[in-house]
Amino acid sequence: MRNKKNNKVLLEMKDIKIEGFADEKWHKIIKGISLTLSRGQVMGLIGESGAGKSTLGLAAMGFTRPGCKFTGGKVVFDGKNLTDMPENQRREYWGTRITYIAQSAAAAFNPAHQLIHQVIESTVRSKQKNKRDAQNDAVSLFESLQLPNSSEIGNRFPHQVSGGQLQRVMTAMAMSPRPDLIVFDEPTTALDVTTQVEVLAAMREVVKTFNTAAIYITHDLSVVAQMADTIKVLRFGEEIEEAETRKMLKSPKQEYTKTLWSVRSIQKPEIKSKNIILEMSGIDAFYGNFHVLKNVNIKLSYGRTLAIVGESGSGKSTMARVITGLLAPRNGSVKFKDKVLPAKLKNRTKDQLQKIQMIYQMADVAMNPKQTVFDIIGRPASFFTGITGKKLENRVIELLNQIDLDESFIDRYPSELSGGQKQRVCIARALAAKPEVIICDEVTSALDQIVQEGILKLLLRLQNDLNLSYIFITHDIATVKAISDEVVVMNEGEVVEQGLKSKIFSPPHPDYTKLLLSSVPEMDPDWLTNLLKKRA
Amino acid sequence: MHPVFLTILKRLGLGVLTLLVVSMVIFSAVEMLPGDFTEAVLGQRATVETVAAFRKELGLDQPAILRYLDWLGSVCTGDLGTSFSGRDASGIDRSRPVTELIAPRLTNTLFLATFTAIIAVPLSLILGLLTALYRNTIFDRSTNITTLTAISFPEFFVAYTLILFLASLFQIFPSLSNVDENTLFFERVYMTALPAITLTLVTVAHMLRMTRAAIINLLASSYIEMATLKGTTKLNIILRHALPNAWAPIATVVAFNLAYMVVGVVVVEVVFVYPGIGQLMVDAVTSRDIPVVQGCALIFACTYIFLNLTADIIGIVTNPRLLHPR
Repeated sequence: MRNKKNNKVLLEMKDIKIEGFADEKWHKIIKGISLTLSRGQVMGLIGESGAGKSTLGLAAMGFTRPGCKFTGGKVVFDGKNLTDMPENQRREYWGTRITYIAQSAAAAFNPAHQLIHQVIESTVRSKQKNKRDAQNDAVSLFESLQLPNSSEIGNRFPHQVSGGQLQRVMTAMAMSPRPDLIVFDEPTTALDVTTQVEVLAAMREVVKTFNTAAIYITHDLSVVAQMADTIKVLRFGEEIEEAETRKMLKSPKQEYTKTLWSVRSIQKPEIKSKNIILEMSGIDAFYGNFHVLKNVNIKLSYGRTLAIVGESGSGKSTMARVITGLLAPRNGSVKFKDKVLPAKLKNRTKDQLQKIQMIYQMADVAMNPKQTVFDIIGRPASFFTGITGKKLENRVIELLNQIDLDESFIDRYPSELSGGQKQRVCIARALAAKPEVIICDEVTSALDQIVQEGILKLLLRLQNDLNLSYIFITHDIATVKAISDEVVVMNEGEVVEQGLKSKIFSPPHPDYTKLLLSSVPEMDPDWLTNLLKKRA
Repeated sequence: MHPVFLTILKRLGLGVLTLLVVSMVIFSAVEMLPGDFTEAVLGQRATVETVAAFRKELGLDQPAILRYLDWLGSVCTGDLGTSFSGRDASGIDRSRPVTELIAPRLTNTLFLATFTAIIAVPLSLILGLLTALYRNTIFDRSTNITTLTAISFPEFFVAYTLILFLASLFQIFPSLSNVDENTLFFERVYMTALPAITLTLVTVAHMLRMTRAAIINLLASSYIEMATLKGTTKLNIILRHALPNAWAPIATVVAFNLAYMVVGVVVVEVVFVYPGIGQLMVDAVTSRDIPVVQGCALIFACTYIFLNLTADIIGIVTNPRLLHPR
């Protein structure tokens, strides 16, 4: 088993302190964390964004990103103090004895070189193997990572390989010099759930085979539960607690850890409804010659939430673009309250535009950074409802209160808001038009779990108060379970199934829904093992 | 056929089209020049009859569109027409074909441009890479300040300063570059050293800073961090991981400066009395020698289009997404 006791200490980080330079001053990022890792041990680092997970993971290599520096503590790797030595000596450990796996494989591979040359680069440079042997070894690593065409895939360029495959090639790259330690930095966060399962299984297998120690960084507890022997919880650059995986899952000690555990707790009961407010029928949409939506029919009921769930490229966001008129479909129509909406945005009346509003995934880029909250919310309010002056100001304050922000926010710029507050302002902007339908496109995907929960609760309350209908686009099954009444499952531009939440989440399932649902990681540390057994 | 060939063919086609449009612009611009060659030449004797007769002889009585098509037709066969100068009302025709006038001048200009490019391009690429590698060090700052100072002075000032120091105070190079067809190669190199250095000084800053910026821009990429964490040395990161992705912007700025070395050097030619094509064109404009003006303008346009096309093609073939499609 992986957790065999091999007590020889490989890595010891003592009271690490790191500061980063931003806004003209130094900020503490890591405030004194210690970490001990034995050979062959896998430790999970978990926490929300800003907890310092990645910084700590990189610090294990004696590396800090540009603009950051060690201000205290030391990193001892295999008896050598990495923080003391000059960079050219430290570099001899990098890529050979300690390797790194980044979050986005697509960005971490150099677009100009074939994969194989990048995979064996440090192995050949450090003269562990000659070029031929290293290439042969890489091919056998590709094979054990279950990459298709293992003998040929190395000759491709990064853009010619899918995201899940690239992530496995990167694992092979990290494994090629047979390191003692691998730092995994959110390696599956950018992947779809069905792909994530394969990548997790492959990574776990190689780490086990070569008895490599690893630091596994993620914000997803159910993922780290599959990978790690021990879990360390971080928050604001400090350690909250550390324990063996099963112990941590069963009985977390600290209050903060418990909140991480209990986030997926919203369970809105579904409500059946017959009155249809919005309907898409027979929609075929294209990007150039690419058929994105294939004969899509969906219905949204008054005052209800329709969740559209699917993986990247399934056509979810394109549906939002068709409904709002940003993309005219080739066939089919969109009906709002039994009246057909013009296909193109410019042919729609102001009234039609007002009734359907949108909220986006990236609140950051969905707001003009040079406008204050008042301008951002006030503009649609005066454009659609014609109010000005004092009335407008009162309306903006009313909207701010609806999203649980007080009126002191009115003069702030987007850069002065937190991620959750930004998304709240975007919600208020949508509400300002007094819409009846709001399309939420992955509105919680970029947010931390606890912030997500707040946004979802807010959306549910607003739905109750204002009788709104939501189309909720997401790839996250937990979110779907939390807030939807009805669900549409999309795959490759087609509707796989649709119906009430209870129907979609209970068997029998069509094949794709089954695959999708079974791929969502669970808190159980044996989940992956059992799933792989079942699928085999 | 490889799709990149198709893209390149399309670019070539666009280049030819651009050239055609440019030829129209040149022709109509020259057409709009104030003044008239015949009146200028005939001077006092410009009666209505003599002017009309002279215009007829030169073909200037034809409608503009016919003259354009006529000109375009002969340009396509490599004939740029006959210079107006060398003729006068006396009827003695000492005029020469435009190609014969341009050819030796163009050779001189291309020689100087090539000479300059051989110094300036490698120099600015190497300095660009080094300043990116050692950015924000004293080396980086002093290189930047020096090249920026050089580019900030007018060309004639740089040229005269060089003459003062390298030709007058220390007599290393000649101050005049009046070569002719009998000048031997090494003699030629020696004589054109000062204009070449002048042009180098005024072009290096642009290419250097663009190279530096293109490389530094890439150094923030994820794959550069990955290369660092793979233990790659700084020099190898720049050469193996950053440079291959930076060719497109570098090629563009190099092409721009090469074009400048061919078409923008008239001031340098004047200062060093170098018989290049720039001076020829200026003289032709002064004497309203329309065929020569048109010929020179066309050659300048060709140079620009050819160099930019080359930069475009370099951008395409160094982009793995285009070179190796899915």
